[in-house]
Amino acid sequence: MIGIEHYLTVAATLFVIGIFGLFLNRKNVIILLMSIELMLLAVNINLVAFSSFLGDLVGQVFTLFVLTVAAAEAAIGLAILVCFFRNRGTIDVEDISVMKG
Amino acid sequence: MIQADLNVILPELILAVYAMIALLLAVYSTKDKMGPLLVWSTAGLMALLALWIAGSGSGNNVAFGGMFVDDGFSRFAKVTILLSAAAVLVMGQDYMARRGMLQFEYPLLVSLSVVGMMMMVSAGDLMSLYMGLELQSLALYVVASMRRDSVKSTEAGLKYFVLGALSSGLLLYGASLVYGFAGTTKFEGIIQVAQHGEVSVGLLFGIVFLISGMAFKVSAVPFHMWTPDVYEGAPTPVTAFFATAPKMAAMGLFARVMHDAFGNAVSDWSQIIALLSVASMFLGAVAAIGQTNIKRLMAYSSIAHMGFALMGLAAGTVFGVQAMLIYMAIYVTMNVGTFAFILMMEKDGKPVTDIASLNLYSRREPGKALAMLVLLFSLSGVPPMLGFFGKFYVLRAAYDAGLAWLAIAGVVASVIGAFYYLRIVYYMYFGEEGDELDRNSSPVLWGFLMASAAVMVLGIINMFGVEGAAAAAAATLVN
Repeated sequence: MIGIEHYLTVAATLFVIGIFGLFLNRKNVIILLMSIELMLLAVNINLVAFSSFLGDLVGQVFTLFVLTVAAAEAAIGLAILVCFFRNRGTIDVEDISVMKG
Repeated sequence: MIQADLNVILPELILAVYAMIALLLAVYSTKDKMGPLLVWSTAGLMALLALWIAGSGSGNNVAFGGMFVDDGFSRFAKVTILLSAAAVLVMGQDYMARRGMLQFEYPLLVSLSVVGMMMMVSAGDLMSLYMGLELQSLALYVVASMRRDSVKSTEAGLKYFVLGALSSGLLLYGASLVYGFAGTTKFEGIIQVAQHGEVSVGLLFGIVFLISGMAFKVSAVPFHMWTPDVYEGAPTPVTAFFATAPKMAAMGLFARVMHDAFGNAVSDWSQIIALLSVASMFLGAVAAIGQTNIKRLMAYSSIAHMGFALMGLAAGTVFGVQAMLIYMAIYVTMNVGTFAFILMMEKDGKPVTDIASLNLYSRREPGKALAMLVLLFSLSGVPPMLGFFGKFYVLRAAYDAGLAWLAIAGVVASVIGAFYYLRIVYYMYFGEEGDELDRNSSPVLWGFLMASAAVMVLGIINMFGVEGAAAAAAATLVN
């Protein structure tokens, strides 16, 4: 029997993978964007699971909002990345270091 | 029914529709000439909306089934946000125009992010909170990388984007947990569930994730790492904007969520915020000492100031919220003046951000140096200036709420922080002979600098009525 805990565990695992992807990744900025997407999708699993568990539709409405914003966010991230690539000629994470910190 | 709802959100609606119409007009007309015109019309509209909200708003109005709340607290925050955004737009106009950065998108992106900020402080539901926050953040990511041909500016935008998206993810995960364990996304429903002493573990996790997401937005330690880089990399007018309106909005959102949704479980979150506050104050004070770039220094300064504002929030009382609002209003006014000064720092027409370039500035420009001295004293909290009273209020709020250790830590951090503000004063008055900065004086920037300094001195008489307004605003939030 698959219960709410299983869904929450999957979502939590995906969310943590997303966070680790952001911090441990030393290669490529595109992977950062993928990690961010993974985090937001983990949240969506959470919301839909809760929505079904509670018998309340609000969670699924929330999911639609999150999906829309995630698309806009990816578009803006890629646009900024293109500008950065034109200036620096690279999208390696290690090269985002003109300013210290 | 829908008419009543639309009346409540009319100011946001006007600003959003204005931004969209202006965008269309600018696209279908001579693009390059629209920039200055749109800056002035946007700033004018924002100032008018601020006067309108301050003058005509009354009572507690709820729209869209509790999603949007228009009360005294949100009106106080909105007036501060609108006025500071208008001031920063006008201040940066000349700087951006001379460097060919004043595309028409800039004022429109700023007005869209201001719409997001107004949504944030009026949120009554986790969904409207998230939408407002993202509308603000997405516009700010673009504004940070406004200077497309500069490595620093695009790098600032990229860093801000990645870390901002991470913080939105954390906040959203918290929101999903709160929804699951409280069974609703409405703040008025959550506050029924989150009673003192019966907060479930899942809900507590949700609160912690929500707090860390919002701490990113106010740049509180340990979620501050984007701040210095973004402040340094973004064009100076944009940095001035980052240091004022979004900070007020994020603190307003913070107070709104903590009191409207978790106001019955103060003891569960007060310690977390006290910890964020003390860490921000000390890191802001210590890390700024080694800085030579004045924009980076202002970034650490804003981290420290957010620590003080969070102290008012950690108190968890009506007086705490009042102190936080007074502190933020003073902080925003001080920063407008300080950035007016930074915008005037130029050599051979190029912007200079090195602190050492201010050597003996007082001999050449005594008036501006004196105004900056007043502002720096006020930022560090030296008694006769208004900045001291802001600190005094939050310290008293923390002390009254039984957080005496936090108040003492605040005093210590403020003494450490005074060092780097006074170092700038030292350079200006007793430095060594060095290269001189240009003697330009744009009347607009000069006016903002002098007005802000005058407020810091004259405000000690009655604070221009901000104290009473903040008290009324806090009373509508905390019950």
